[in-house]
Amino acid sequence: MRGCLAVYRRELLILKKKLLKQTASMSVSPLLYLVAFGLGMGQGVQVEGRSYMEFLIPGLIAMSSMIQAFAIASEINIARFYWRIFEEFQAAPIRNIAYVTGEVLAGITRALLAVALIIVIALLSGVALSYNLYFWLAVVLNSFLFASLAVGLAMLVKSHADQALLTNFFITPMAFLGGTFFPVDRMPPWAQQVLNLLPLTHAAKTIRSAAFGLEPAASSYLLLAGLGIGLFVLAFLCVNRARE
Amino acid sequence: MIKIENLSKDYRTIQALKGINLHVREGELFAYLGPNGSGKTTTIKILTGLAYPTAGDAYVHGYHVVKETLEAKKQCGLVPQTFNLDHELTVHENLDIHGRLFHMPASRRAARIDELLAYVDLAERRHSPVKQLSGGMKRRVMVARALMHAPRILFLDEPTVGLDPTIRRRIWSLVKKIQQNGSTIFLTTHYIEEAEFLAERVAFLDDGRIVALDTPQNLMARLGVWALDEIVDGNMETTFFRSREEANRHLGRQQGGFTLRRVNLEDVFLAVTGKKVGP
Repeated sequence: MRGCLAVYRRELLILKKKLLKQTASMSVSPLLYLVAFGLGMGQGVQVEGRSYMEFLIPGLIAMSSMIQAFAIASEINIARFYWRIFEEFQAAPIRNIAYVTGEVLAGITRALLAVALIIVIALLSGVALSYNLYFWLAVVLNSFLFASLAVGLAMLVKSHADQALLTNFFITPMAFLGGTFFPVDRMPPWAQQVLNLLPLTHAAKTIRSAAFGLEPAASSYLLLAGLGIGLFVLAFLCVNRARE
Repeated sequence: MIKIENLSKDYRTIQALKGINLHVREGELFAYLGPNGSGKTTTIKILTGLAYPTAGDAYVHGYHVVKETLEAKKQCGLVPQTFNLDHELTVHENLDIHGRLFHMPASRRAARIDELLAYVDLAERRHSPVKQLSGGMKRRVMVARALMHAPRILFLDEPTVGLDPTIRRRIWSLVKKIQQNGSTIFLTTHYIEEAEFLAERVAFLDDGRIVALDTPQNLMARLGVWALDEIVDGNMETTFFRSREEANRHLGRQQGGFTLRRVNLEDVFLAVTGKKVGP
Protein backbone atom coordinates (compact mmCIF):
# COMPACT_ATOMS: atom_id res chain seq x y z
CA MET A 1 0.00 0.00 0.00
CA ARG A 2 2.81 2.43 0.94
CA GLY A 3 4.59 1.60 -2.31
CA CYS A 4 1.44 2.39 -4.29
CA LEU A 5 1.04 5.71 -2.46
CA ALA A 6 4.69 6.58 -3.17
CA VAL A 7 4.19 6.00 -6.91
CA TYR A 8 0.92 7.96 -6.82
CA ARG A 9 2.51 10.82 -4.86
CA ARG A 10 5.30 11.13 -7.41
CA GLU A 11 2.76 11.44 -10.24
CA LEU A 12 0.77 14.00 -8.23
CA LEU A 13 3.90 16.07 -7.63
CA ILE A 14 4.66 16.06 -11.36
CA LEU A 15 1.05 17.01 -12.12
CA LYS A 16 1.17 19.79 -9.52
CA LYS A 17 4.36 21.24 -11.04
CA LYS A 18 2.71 21.35 -14.47
CA LEU A 19 -0.82 22.11 -13.31
CA LEU A 20 -1.28 25.37 -15.20
CA LYS A 21 0.07 23.96 -18.46
CA GLN A 22 -1.91 20.74 -17.99
CA THR A 23 -5.14 22.58 -17.22
CA ALA A 24 -4.73 24.75 -20.30
CA SER A 25 -3.87 21.75 -22.44
CA MET A 26 -6.80 19.68 -21.11
CA SER A 27 -9.22 22.53 -21.87
CA VAL A 28 -8.18 23.16 -25.49
CA SER A 29 -9.78 20.14 -27.21
CA PRO A 30 -13.13 20.20 -25.37
CA LEU A 31 -13.39 23.95 -25.97
CA LEU A 32 -12.68 23.54 -29.68
CA TYR A 33 -15.23 20.73 -30.01
CA LEU A 34 -17.81 22.73 -28.08
CA VAL A 35 -17.30 25.77 -30.28
CA ALA A 36 -17.07 23.89 -33.58
CA PHE A 37 -19.67 21.19 -33.06
CA GLY A 38 -21.79 22.63 -30.26
CA LEU A 39 -22.10 26.30 -31.16
CA GLY A 40 -21.27 26.09 -34.87
CA MET A 41 -22.66 22.92 -36.38
CA GLY A 42 -25.10 21.95 -33.65
CA GLN A 43 -26.94 25.29 -33.28
CA GLY A 44 -30.67 24.55 -33.35
CA VAL A 45 -30.08 20.81 -33.77
CA GLN A 46 -32.00 18.43 -31.50
CA VAL A 47 -30.66 14.95 -30.66
CA GLU A 48 -32.72 12.48 -28.64
CA GLY A 49 -35.03 15.31 -27.68
CA ARG A 50 -32.28 17.54 -26.28
CA SER A 51 -30.12 20.38 -27.61
CA TYR A 52 -26.91 19.24 -29.31
CA MET A 53 -24.86 20.98 -26.61
CA GLU A 54 -26.59 18.89 -23.94
CA PHE A 55 -25.93 15.78 -26.01
CA LEU A 56 -22.34 16.70 -26.75
CA ILE A 57 -21.06 17.55 -23.25
CA PRO A 58 -21.47 14.06 -21.70
CA GLY A 59 -19.79 12.65 -24.83
CA LEU A 60 -16.89 15.05 -24.38
CA ILE A 61 -16.67 14.01 -20.72
CA ALA A 62 -16.43 10.35 -21.75
CA MET A 63 -13.85 11.17 -24.41
CA SER A 64 -11.70 13.46 -22.25
CA SER A 65 -11.68 11.06 -19.32
CA MET A 66 -10.55 8.34 -21.72
CA ILE A 67 -7.81 10.51 -23.29
CA GLN A 68 -6.48 11.88 -20.00
CA ALA A 69 -6.52 8.51 -18.25
CA PHE A 70 -4.70 7.01 -21.23
CA ALA A 71 -2.20 9.90 -21.18
CA ILE A 72 -0.61 8.37 -18.08
CA ALA A 73 1.09 6.06 -20.59
CA SER A 74 3.06 9.05 -21.94
CA GLU A 75 4.11 10.04 -18.42
CA ILE A 76 5.26 6.48 -17.75
CA ASN A 77 7.18 6.37 -21.01
CA ILE A 78 8.89 9.69 -20.36
CA ALA A 79 9.88 8.34 -16.93
CA ARG A 80 10.97 5.03 -18.45
CA PHE A 81 12.78 5.94 -21.66
CA TYR A 82 13.84 9.55 -21.06
CA TRP A 83 14.47 10.04 -17.34
CA ARG A 84 14.96 6.32 -16.54
CA ILE A 85 12.97 6.70 -13.33
CA PHE A 86 11.27 3.36 -13.93
CA GLU A 87 14.55 1.78 -12.72
CA GLU A 88 14.08 3.54 -9.40
CA PHE A 89 10.67 1.90 -9.01
CA GLN A 90 12.02 -1.47 -10.12
CA ALA A 91 14.86 -1.34 -7.61
CA ALA A 92 12.48 -0.48 -4.74
CA PRO A 93 10.96 -3.20 -2.55
CA ILE A 94 7.44 -2.70 -3.88
CA ARG A 95 5.23 -5.26 -5.56
CA ASN A 96 4.23 -4.90 -9.19
CA ILE A 97 0.62 -4.51 -8.14
CA ALA A 98 1.56 -1.49 -6.00
CA TYR A 99 3.27 0.12 -8.99
CA VAL A 100 0.32 -0.54 -11.32
CA THR A 101 -2.20 0.70 -8.73
CA GLY A 102 -0.23 3.91 -8.17
CA GLU A 103 -0.04 4.67 -11.88
CA VAL A 104 -3.71 3.77 -12.50
CA LEU A 105 -4.76 6.07 -9.64
CA ALA A 106 -2.68 8.82 -11.23
CA GLY A 107 -4.45 8.21 -14.55
CA ILE A 108 -7.85 8.40 -12.87
CA THR A 109 -6.84 11.64 -11.12
CA ARG A 110 -5.85 13.24 -14.43
CA ALA A 111 -9.15 12.10 -15.94
CA LEU A 112 -11.17 13.55 -13.06
CA LEU A 113 -9.36 16.85 -13.41
CA ALA A 114 -10.23 16.96 -17.12
CA VAL A 115 -13.87 16.11 -16.36
CA ALA A 116 -14.04 18.87 -13.73
CA LEU A 117 -12.78 21.35 -16.34
CA ILE A 118 -15.47 20.32 -18.85
CA ILE A 119 -18.14 20.64 -16.18
CA VAL A 120 -16.95 24.19 -15.47
CA ILE A 121 -17.00 24.98 -19.20
CA ALA A 122 -20.51 23.45 -19.45
CA LEU A 123 -21.76 25.52 -16.50
CA LEU A 124 -20.28 28.66 -18.04
CA SER A 125 -22.05 27.78 -21.31
CA GLY A 126 -25.34 27.56 -19.47
CA VAL A 127 -25.77 23.80 -19.93
CA ALA A 128 -27.16 22.21 -16.79
CA LEU A 129 -26.75 18.45 -16.43
CA SER A 130 -27.08 16.09 -13.50
CA TYR A 131 -23.73 15.17 -11.97
CA ASN A 132 -25.06 12.45 -9.71
CA LEU A 133 -23.52 9.31 -8.22
CA TYR A 134 -24.30 7.23 -11.37
CA PHE A 135 -22.50 9.85 -13.44
CA TRP A 136 -19.34 9.81 -11.30
CA LEU A 137 -19.34 6.02 -11.06
CA ALA A 138 -19.37 5.78 -14.87
CA VAL A 139 -16.62 8.40 -15.18
CA VAL A 140 -14.40 6.60 -12.64
CA LEU A 141 -14.96 3.19 -14.29
CA ASN A 142 -14.16 4.62 -17.72
CA SER A 143 -10.99 6.26 -16.37
CA PHE A 144 -10.00 3.08 -14.53
CA LEU A 145 -10.40 1.04 -17.71
CA PHE A 146 -8.30 3.34 -19.88
CA ALA A 147 -5.66 4.02 -17.22
CA SER A 148 -5.21 0.25 -16.81
CA LEU A 149 -4.94 -0.16 -20.58
CA ALA A 150 -2.38 2.69 -20.63
CA VAL A 151 -0.17 1.14 -17.93
CA GLY A 152 -0.22 -2.26 -19.63
CA LEU A 153 0.67 -0.85 -23.05
CA ALA A 154 3.32 1.44 -21.55
CA MET A 155 5.05 -1.68 -20.21
CA LEU A 156 4.97 -3.41 -23.59
CA VAL A 157 6.13 -0.64 -25.92
CA LYS A 158 9.81 -0.32 -26.72
CA SER A 159 9.91 3.40 -27.44
CA HIS A 160 7.97 6.62 -27.10
CA ALA A 161 7.17 6.51 -30.83
CA ASP A 162 5.44 3.11 -30.41
CA GLN A 163 3.23 4.69 -27.77
CA ALA A 164 2.18 7.44 -30.18
CA LEU A 165 1.26 4.78 -32.75
CA LEU A 166 -0.99 3.00 -30.26
CA THR A 167 -2.73 6.27 -29.49
CA ASN A 168 -3.31 6.86 -33.20
CA PHE A 169 -4.70 3.37 -33.80
CA PHE A 170 -6.79 2.83 -30.66
CA ILE A 171 -7.61 6.05 -28.88
CA THR A 172 -8.19 8.55 -31.70
CA PRO A 173 -10.66 6.31 -33.66
CA MET A 174 -12.51 5.52 -30.44
CA ALA A 175 -12.72 9.20 -29.53
CA PHE A 176 -14.58 9.94 -32.76
CA LEU A 177 -16.61 6.75 -33.16
CA GLY A 178 -17.50 5.86 -29.57
CA GLY A 179 -20.74 7.85 -29.36
CA THR A 180 -19.08 11.12 -28.46
CA PHE A 181 -20.42 13.33 -31.24
CA PHE A 182 -23.40 11.36 -32.55
CA PRO A 183 -25.76 8.64 -31.32
CA VAL A 184 -24.41 5.25 -32.34
CA ASP A 185 -28.05 4.14 -32.98
CA ARG A 186 -28.07 6.30 -36.12
CA MET A 187 -25.35 4.23 -37.75
CA PRO A 188 -26.14 1.26 -40.05
CA PRO A 189 -26.73 -1.99 -38.10
CA TRP A 190 -23.35 -3.50 -39.02
CA ALA A 191 -21.57 -0.34 -37.84
CA GLN A 192 -23.58 -0.34 -34.62
CA GLN A 193 -22.42 -3.89 -33.94
CA VAL A 194 -18.80 -2.90 -34.41
CA LEU A 195 -19.08 0.32 -32.40
CA ASN A 196 -20.81 -1.49 -29.54
CA LEU A 197 -17.61 -3.45 -29.09
CA LEU A 198 -15.81 -0.24 -28.11
CA PRO A 199 -15.70 0.45 -24.37
CA LEU A 200 -16.07 4.18 -25.01
CA THR A 201 -19.47 3.60 -26.66
CA HIS A 202 -20.73 2.11 -23.39
CA ALA A 203 -19.03 4.78 -21.28
CA ALA A 204 -20.56 7.58 -23.39
CA LYS A 205 -24.04 5.99 -23.23
CA THR A 206 -23.82 5.48 -19.47
CA ILE A 207 -22.40 8.91 -18.69
CA ARG A 208 -25.00 10.53 -20.96
CA SER A 209 -27.92 8.66 -19.36
CA ALA A 210 -26.71 9.58 -15.87
CA ALA A 211 -26.16 13.21 -16.87
CA PHE A 212 -29.71 13.36 -18.26
CA GLY A 213 -31.03 12.12 -14.92
CA LEU A 214 -32.01 8.72 -16.31
CA GLU A 215 -31.05 5.42 -14.70
CA PRO A 216 -28.24 3.93 -16.84
CA ALA A 217 -28.22 0.23 -17.72
CA ALA A 218 -26.51 -1.86 -15.04
CA SER A 219 -25.02 -4.04 -17.80
CA SER A 220 -22.92 -1.10 -19.02
CA TYR A 221 -21.42 -0.61 -15.55
CA LEU A 222 -20.70 -4.33 -15.30
CA LEU A 223 -19.07 -4.32 -18.73
CA LEU A 224 -16.87 -1.31 -17.90
CA ALA A 225 -15.93 -2.76 -14.50
CA GLY A 226 -15.23 -6.25 -15.90
CA LEU A 227 -13.12 -4.96 -18.77
CA GLY A 228 -11.32 -2.56 -16.40
CA ILE A 229 -10.42 -5.36 -13.99
CA GLY A 230 -9.25 -7.54 -16.89
CA LEU A 231 -7.00 -4.77 -18.22
CA PHE A 232 -5.70 -4.04 -14.70
CA VAL A 233 -4.66 -7.71 -14.33
CA LEU A 234 -3.03 -7.56 -17.76
CA ALA A 235 -1.13 -4.39 -16.77
CA PHE A 236 0.10 -6.17 -13.65
CA LEU A 237 1.30 -9.12 -15.74
CA CYS A 238 3.04 -6.77 -18.20
CA VAL A 239 5.27 -5.07 -15.58
CA ASN A 240 7.71 -7.97 -15.49
CA ARG A 241 8.01 -7.83 -19.27
CA ALA A 242 9.39 -4.32 -18.97
CA ARG A 243 12.29 -5.74 -16.96
CA GLU A 244 15.27 -6.99 -18.92
CA MET B 1 27.50 -10.15 1.92
CA ILE B 2 27.24 -10.78 -1.85
CA LYS B 3 27.41 -14.33 -3.12
CA ILE B 4 27.19 -15.18 -6.81
CA GLU B 5 27.13 -18.78 -8.05
CA ASN B 6 27.40 -19.77 -11.71
CA LEU B 7 25.48 -16.67 -12.78
CA SER B 8 24.61 -16.39 -16.46
CA LYS B 9 22.53 -13.95 -18.43
CA ASP B 10 21.50 -14.17 -22.07
CA TYR B 11 19.97 -11.30 -24.06
CA ARG B 12 18.50 -12.98 -27.15
CA THR B 13 21.67 -13.34 -29.26
CA ILE B 14 24.19 -12.08 -26.70
CA GLN B 15 25.52 -14.01 -23.72
CA ALA B 16 26.27 -11.15 -21.31
CA LEU B 17 27.39 -13.28 -18.33
CA LYS B 18 28.92 -16.73 -18.63
CA GLY B 19 28.90 -18.47 -15.25
CA ILE B 20 30.18 -15.87 -12.79
CA ASN B 21 31.25 -16.95 -9.27
CA LEU B 22 32.02 -14.27 -6.70
CA HIS B 23 31.97 -13.56 -2.98
CA VAL B 24 32.13 -10.00 -1.62
CA ARG B 25 32.76 -9.67 2.10
CA GLU B 26 30.91 -7.41 4.54
CA GLY B 27 32.35 -3.88 4.71
CA GLU B 28 34.52 -4.45 1.64
CA LEU B 29 34.99 -1.97 -1.19
CA PHE B 30 34.98 -4.22 -4.18
CA ALA B 31 35.69 -3.03 -7.72
CA TYR B 32 34.38 -4.79 -10.78
CA LEU B 33 36.53 -3.74 -13.68
CA GLY B 34 36.11 -4.34 -17.37
CA PRO B 35 35.66 -2.73 -20.77
CA ASN B 36 32.26 -1.55 -22.02
CA GLY B 37 29.99 -4.49 -22.75
CA SER B 38 31.89 -6.90 -20.51
CA GLY B 39 28.87 -7.56 -18.26
CA LYS B 40 29.47 -5.18 -15.34
CA THR B 41 26.10 -3.41 -15.47
CA THR B 42 24.28 -6.68 -16.14
CA THR B 43 25.71 -8.13 -12.91
CA ILE B 44 24.55 -5.06 -10.96
CA LYS B 45 21.12 -5.20 -12.57
CA ILE B 46 20.66 -8.81 -11.50
CA LEU B 47 21.91 -8.13 -7.96
CA THR B 48 19.55 -5.18 -7.53
CA GLY B 49 16.49 -6.87 -9.02
CA LEU B 50 16.40 -4.93 -12.30
CA ALA B 51 17.03 -8.00 -14.44
CA TYR B 52 16.48 -11.72 -14.10
CA PRO B 53 19.39 -14.15 -14.43
CA THR B 54 19.15 -16.84 -17.09
CA ALA B 55 20.88 -19.37 -14.82
CA GLY B 56 22.68 -19.50 -11.49
CA ASP B 57 22.01 -17.89 -8.12
CA ALA B 58 22.86 -14.63 -6.42
CA TYR B 59 22.38 -13.57 -2.81
CA VAL B 60 22.65 -10.18 -1.13
CA HIS B 61 23.00 -10.29 2.63
CA GLY B 62 21.70 -13.87 2.52
CA TYR B 63 18.58 -13.11 0.46
CA HIS B 64 18.13 -14.73 -2.94
CA VAL B 65 17.73 -11.94 -5.50
CA VAL B 66 14.90 -13.70 -7.36
CA LYS B 67 13.15 -15.85 -4.74
CA GLU B 68 13.32 -13.23 -1.97
CA THR B 69 13.46 -10.19 -4.19
CA LEU B 70 11.69 -7.68 -1.90
CA GLU B 71 13.93 -8.48 1.09
CA ALA B 72 17.00 -8.50 -1.17
CA LYS B 73 16.09 -5.07 -2.59
CA LYS B 74 15.84 -3.59 0.92
CA GLN B 75 19.53 -4.42 1.44
CA CYS B 76 20.66 -2.57 -1.69
CA GLY B 77 21.23 1.05 -2.60
CA LEU B 78 21.85 1.70 -6.29
CA VAL B 79 23.57 4.55 -8.08
CA PRO B 80 23.04 3.67 -11.75
CA GLN B 81 25.35 4.70 -14.55
CA THR B 82 22.83 7.03 -16.19
CA PHE B 83 21.24 9.94 -14.35
CA ASN B 84 17.79 8.80 -13.28
CA LEU B 85 16.59 11.58 -11.03
CA ASP B 86 13.19 13.19 -11.48
CA HIS B 87 14.25 16.41 -13.18
CA GLU B 88 10.92 18.13 -12.56
CA LEU B 89 11.20 17.54 -8.81
CA THR B 90 13.47 19.16 -6.25
CA VAL B 91 16.38 17.45 -4.53
CA HIS B 92 14.26 17.06 -1.37
CA GLU B 93 11.31 15.62 -3.29
CA ASN B 94 13.52 13.06 -5.05
CA LEU B 95 14.89 11.84 -1.74
CA ASP B 96 11.48 11.88 -0.09
CA ILE B 97 9.89 9.75 -2.84
CA HIS B 98 12.74 7.26 -2.51
CA GLY B 99 12.16 7.08 1.26
CA ARG B 100 8.47 6.43 0.66
CA LEU B 101 9.26 3.69 -1.86
CA PHE B 102 11.39 2.03 0.82
CA HIS B 103 8.55 2.35 3.39
CA MET B 104 10.32 4.85 5.65
CA PRO B 105 8.06 6.69 8.11
CA ALA B 106 7.74 10.48 7.66
CA SER B 107 9.79 11.47 10.73
CA ARG B 108 12.68 9.20 9.71
CA ARG B 109 12.57 10.47 6.14
CA ALA B 110 12.83 14.10 7.20
CA ALA B 111 15.76 13.46 9.55
CA ARG B 112 17.57 11.27 7.02
CA ILE B 113 17.21 13.85 4.23
CA ASP B 114 18.76 16.54 6.46
CA GLU B 115 21.57 14.20 7.44
CA LEU B 116 22.35 13.04 3.89
CA LEU B 117 22.19 16.45 2.26
CA ALA B 118 24.73 17.67 4.80
CA TYR B 119 26.79 14.52 4.15
CA VAL B 120 26.98 15.15 0.39
CA ASP B 121 27.34 18.88 0.92
CA LEU B 122 24.11 19.86 -0.79
CA ALA B 123 22.04 21.12 2.14
CA GLU B 124 21.63 24.53 0.52
CA ARG B 125 20.29 23.00 -2.69
CA ARG B 126 17.51 20.96 -1.08
CA HIS B 127 14.74 22.99 -2.73
CA SER B 128 16.46 23.34 -6.10
CA PRO B 129 14.86 21.49 -9.01
CA VAL B 130 17.23 18.74 -10.12
CA LYS B 131 17.33 20.19 -13.64
CA GLN B 132 19.22 23.21 -12.24
CA LEU B 133 22.08 21.12 -10.80
CA SER B 134 25.46 20.39 -12.37
CA GLY B 135 26.49 16.84 -13.32
CA GLY B 136 28.60 16.41 -10.17
CA MET B 137 25.77 17.66 -7.94
CA LYS B 138 23.30 15.30 -9.60
CA ARG B 139 25.67 12.40 -8.97
CA ARG B 140 25.92 13.37 -5.30
CA VAL B 141 22.11 13.57 -5.07
CA MET B 142 21.98 10.06 -6.55
CA VAL B 143 24.44 8.83 -3.92
CA ALA B 144 22.35 10.49 -1.16
CA ARG B 145 19.20 8.95 -2.59
CA ALA B 146 20.77 5.49 -2.68
CA LEU B 147 21.77 5.89 0.98
CA MET B 148 18.31 7.13 2.09
CA HIS B 149 17.10 3.78 3.43
CA ALA B 150 20.50 2.96 4.99
CA PRO B 151 21.27 -0.02 2.73
CA ARG B 152 23.83 -2.62 3.74
CA ILE B 153 25.30 -2.69 0.25
CA LEU B 154 25.81 0.26 -2.06
CA PHE B 155 26.09 -0.48 -5.77
CA LEU B 156 27.88 2.21 -7.74
CA ASP B 157 27.70 1.64 -11.48
CA GLU B 158 30.36 3.80 -13.13
CA PRO B 159 29.76 6.60 -10.60
CA THR B 160 32.19 9.08 -12.13
CA VAL B 161 31.62 8.49 -15.84
CA GLY B 162 31.42 11.78 -17.70
CA LEU B 163 32.55 13.87 -14.73
CA ASP B 164 35.59 16.13 -14.76
CA PRO B 165 38.68 15.09 -12.73
CA THR B 166 37.99 17.48 -9.84
CA ILE B 167 34.43 16.28 -9.37
CA ARG B 168 35.62 12.68 -9.82
CA ARG B 169 38.00 13.03 -6.88
CA ARG B 170 35.23 14.56 -4.80
CA ILE B 171 33.03 11.53 -5.51
CA TRP B 172 35.95 9.24 -4.57
CA SER B 173 36.27 10.99 -1.19
CA LEU B 174 32.55 10.52 -0.66
CA VAL B 175 32.77 6.81 -1.54
CA LYS B 176 35.67 6.34 0.90
CA LYS B 177 33.68 8.14 3.60
CA ILE B 178 30.67 5.87 3.02
CA GLN B 179 32.83 2.78 3.29
CA GLN B 180 34.46 4.03 6.48
CA ASN B 181 30.96 4.25 7.94
CA GLY B 182 30.65 0.46 7.52
CA SER B 183 28.86 0.00 4.18
CA THR B 184 29.81 -2.68 1.69
CA ILE B 185 30.45 -1.09 -1.69
CA PHE B 186 30.29 -2.81 -5.05
CA LEU B 187 31.76 -0.50 -7.64
CA THR B 188 31.94 -0.94 -11.40
CA THR B 189 34.28 1.21 -13.36
CA HIS B 190 36.48 1.31 -16.40
CA TYR B 191 38.71 3.96 -14.85
CA ILE B 192 41.81 2.09 -13.70
CA GLU B 193 42.92 4.79 -11.27
CA GLU B 194 39.49 4.76 -9.65
CA ALA B 195 39.77 1.05 -8.84
CA GLU B 196 43.39 1.42 -7.70
CA PHE B 197 42.55 4.30 -5.39
CA LEU B 198 39.33 2.95 -3.92
CA ALA B 199 39.19 -0.83 -4.03
CA GLU B 200 40.34 -3.41 -1.54
CA ARG B 201 39.81 -6.18 -4.08
CA VAL B 202 39.30 -6.08 -7.80
CA ALA B 203 37.67 -8.52 -10.21
CA PHE B 204 38.48 -8.21 -13.90
CA LEU B 205 35.57 -9.02 -16.13
CA ASP B 206 36.02 -9.78 -19.80
CA ASP B 207 33.39 -11.03 -22.21
CA GLY B 208 31.07 -12.12 -19.39
CA ARG B 209 33.73 -14.01 -17.40
CA ILE B 210 35.86 -13.11 -14.37
CA VAL B 211 39.44 -13.46 -15.58
CA ALA B 212 41.29 -12.29 -12.44
CA LEU B 213 40.36 -11.51 -8.85
CA ASP B 214 42.63 -10.29 -6.05
CA THR B 215 43.79 -7.15 -4.25
CA PRO B 216 45.17 -4.47 -6.59
CA GLN B 217 48.60 -4.91 -4.98
CA ASN B 218 48.67 -8.68 -5.54
CA LEU B 219 47.41 -8.35 -9.10
CA MET B 220 50.07 -5.78 -9.97
CA ALA B 221 52.79 -7.73 -8.14
CA ARG B 222 52.21 -10.61 -10.55
CA LEU B 223 53.83 -8.49 -13.26
CA GLY B 224 56.43 -6.61 -11.26
CA VAL B 225 56.83 -3.11 -9.84
CA TRP B 226 58.15 -1.04 -12.77
CA ALA B 227 56.91 -0.92 -16.33
CA LEU B 228 58.95 0.35 -19.25
CA ASP B 229 57.01 1.48 -22.32
CA GLU B 230 59.09 1.70 -25.47
CA ILE B 231 58.53 1.78 -29.21
CA VAL B 232 59.99 -1.28 -30.90
CA ASP B 233 59.66 -1.52 -34.68
CA GLY B 234 56.82 1.01 -34.60
CA ASN B 235 54.85 -0.87 -31.90
CA MET B 236 54.55 0.01 -28.24
CA GLU B 237 55.96 -2.71 -26.03
CA THR B 238 55.94 -2.85 -22.26
CA THR B 239 58.52 -4.70 -20.18
CA PHE B 240 58.07 -5.31 -16.46
CA PHE B 241 60.75 -5.28 -13.79
CA ARG B 242 60.86 -6.36 -10.15
CA SER B 243 63.12 -3.46 -9.13
CA ARG B 244 64.24 -0.03 -10.26
CA GLU B 245 67.81 -1.33 -10.56
CA GLU B 246 66.73 -4.05 -12.95
CA ALA B 247 64.88 -1.44 -15.00
CA ASN B 248 67.91 0.87 -14.96
CA ARG B 249 70.15 -1.92 -16.24
CA HIS B 250 67.76 -2.42 -19.14
CA LEU B 251 67.60 1.35 -19.72
CA GLY B 252 71.36 1.48 -20.03
CA ARG B 253 71.02 -0.33 -23.35
CA GLN B 254 68.16 1.97 -24.53
CA GLN B 255 68.62 4.32 -27.46
CA GLY B 256 65.06 5.46 -28.45
CA GLY B 257 62.22 7.09 -26.53
CA PHE B 258 60.79 5.33 -23.48
CA THR B 259 58.69 5.88 -20.36
CA LEU B 260 59.48 4.25 -17.05
CA ARG B 261 56.52 4.13 -14.66
CA ARG B 262 54.92 2.04 -11.92
CA VAL B 263 52.92 -1.04 -12.94
CA ASN B 264 49.16 -0.35 -12.86
CA LEU B 265 45.98 -2.39 -13.13
CA GLU B 266 45.70 -1.55 -16.82
CA ASP B 267 48.91 -3.53 -17.37
CA VAL B 268 47.42 -6.46 -15.49
CA PHE B 269 44.22 -6.37 -17.51
CA LEU B 270 46.19 -6.11 -20.74
CA ALA B 271 48.38 -9.03 -19.73
CA VAL B 272 45.38 -11.20 -18.81
CA THR B 273 43.08 -10.38 -21.72
CA GLY B 274 45.16 -8.68 -24.38
CA LYS B 275 42.66 -5.77 -24.25
CA LYS B 276 42.56 -2.32 -22.69
CA VAL B 277 40.01 -1.58 -19.96
CA GLY B 278 39.33 2.02 -20.95
CA PRO B 279 37.10 3.10 -23.83
